[in-house]
Amino acid sequence: MPWSLLYENLEQTVAVILFGIGFSILLLQRNLIRKIIGLNIMDTAVYLFLASMGYISGRKAPIVVDGVTEVTAYINPIPAGLVLTGIVVSVSFTAIMLALTVRLYRRYHTLDIDEIAMLARGEDA
Amino acid sequence: MTLVHNFPFFSILLCMAAGIFTSVFKARVSKILTLMVVGTVLVLSALTLRLTLQLEDAYPFMMGHFPAPWGNEIRIGRLEALMATGFSAVMFISLIAGFRHAESFVSEQKFNLYCIMVDLALAAVLVLIFTNDLFTVYVFIEIMTIASCALVVVRQNGHTLVAITRYMIMHLFGSGLLLMGIAMLYGITGHLLMVPLKEAVQQIVETGNHLGPLTVVIALITAGLAIKSAMFPFHGWAPDTYAFAPPVSAAILSGIISKAYIFVLIKFFYRVIGLEVIISQQITQFLFVCGVAGMIIGSIMAISQRDIRRMIAYSSVAQIGYIYMGLGIGTRAGVEAALFQMLVHAAVKSLLFLSTYELINVSGDRKRFHYLHGAGYRNVPAGIVFTLAAMSMVGIPFTGGFIVKLNLAISGIAIGGWVRVMVLLALALSTLLNSVYFLHTVVSIYRKPAEDHIYPETPKMPAYAGVTLFVSMLLVVYLGIGSEPILRVIETGLKTFS
Repeated sequence: MPWSLLYENLEQTVAVILFGIGFSILLLQRNLIRKIIGLNIMDTAVYLFLASMGYISGRKAPIVVDGVTEVTAYINPIPAGLVLTGIVVSVSFTAIMLALTVRLYRRYHTLDIDEIAMLARGEDA
Repeated sequence: MTLVHNFPFFSILLCMAAGIFTSVFKARVSKILTLMVVGTVLVLSALTLRLTLQLEDAYPFMMGHFPAPWGNEIRIGRLEALMATGFSAVMFISLIAGFRHAESFVSEQKFNLYCIMVDLALAAVLVLIFTNDLFTVYVFIEIMTIASCALVVVRQNGHTLVAITRYMIMHLFGSGLLLMGIAMLYGITGHLLMVPLKEAVQQIVETGNHLGPLTVVIALITAGLAIKSAMFPFHGWAPDTYAFAPPVSAAILSGIISKAYIFVLIKFFYRVIGLEVIISQQITQFLFVCGVAGMIIGSIMAISQRDIRRMIAYSSVAQIGYIYMGLGIGTRAGVEAALFQMLVHAAVKSLLFLSTYELINVSGDRKRFHYLHGAGYRNVPAGIVFTLAAMSMVGIPFTGGFIVKLNLAISGIAIGGWVRVMVLLALALSTLLNSVYFLHTVVSIYRKPAEDHIYPETPKMPAYAGVTLFVSMLLVVYLGIGSEPILRVIETGLKTFS
């Protein structure tokens, strides 16, 4: 594989690397807050990937101001729309995960998921 | 276009609108409203099914003002209508029989919030069944994940909190993979609607350009959905979540929501990529191996459980294995068997969770098997229902489970080679294991309780709950005896499902 491809698609390369970093943090870290940060890195990587796909260099954002209606004047707006939807989803997930974390912390006074699981095992189901 | 053509759209809209309005109502009103909405959706879906049986082919339904390659649309066919009818029926029955259990977990002021989540979960399931657009799939999968998280976490208990945290982490990982897959697929094809997507994918396969990324996309989306539907090596989150959730939520989650992910996967295979490409990429073989492993190992894990709820949760893992084995066989007959298993398992598993809770309830809220001795006498209807559901799980003739195993065996035999041997061996072994733990449970609920166990008096199960459980028991028997028309709907529906 020619290595120049990686450089030519720099945004995509970075996005995939960030995605890998994000999901490793989400799965491997034991601290809940770090897990949430990993989740956000993972989601942001996908948004970078999407946004870079829709961008065509030299063109403008698809908002008609000066009466220019040719398609060739603007970038592809669909990925931007997808990113916006995705951001809403990831914000709500972050909120839910933080709420769960608060609840777990109040109960067990730790953020370590393995420790919490150990403590919970001793309780009555 | 007649009024009936709009019914799937109406039912989706009805669920979402009910979700919004329920937020201002009191517990009692919102409970009645939710039951009415789910009942209405059931009727509308049944009418849609009747309509699609009269039509030759499925029809697309435009959402909004823009036609196909630009706007969003849903597609209504026999298979979709059958699944919507089946799932809403299961949901209706679970809610009637189990709503009052949820009341003991949720406070009176917050009960309307629980109802919102039920409405949203049903809306998401319906959208996932009907939609024709891949990004809509992503959005509603996330809505379904949030709704199911809320349905479980109403039970404020350490075990439930830990289970739901694990659940969320695995599901977020799965969503990430799915979203990345969808983004890459959009990158190489430029489409999100399934009909133009399939044309673009066929072009990729013919020309050979971007074949590598296409493989990655298939792997990412399959892995994402497999994690979310608790396929065997990724099932880690499932048993605790199902076991420690309130019984209605467990019935909805394991019965309906996990099936919706699998339906999306089947849709992705058939309507986006095309089954030939999936087979040539050897994805089906992977699913087959995971399915068989899940059938065996899920059952072995179920045998080793001492808590009856965890046993049933592990048997879910085994039953999802049957679905994936059917998909992995890779023939039309195999997928038909898998689709039928989705309906049967939805009905049986929700019954099992609900009747188990009744049995636990009359045993002083204790879940270990030796406390459950004699529970079948203390609550006779629940005992009978549990026994019948267990028989279906084992695959005794005249129940739905038997037809599933029969069809899986037939589709395996038709292939030959090592697949035939594997299918037959896996079916035999898992039937044996199923009978070990389910018959053991049935025997133990009819055994004489130890004399030093004192069971407190509990309020009797209301008549309507018993009647509902019996009706759904008849449904399971119907799936066993009258399976022919349903199988024919699945068969003809799958032919046009492309």
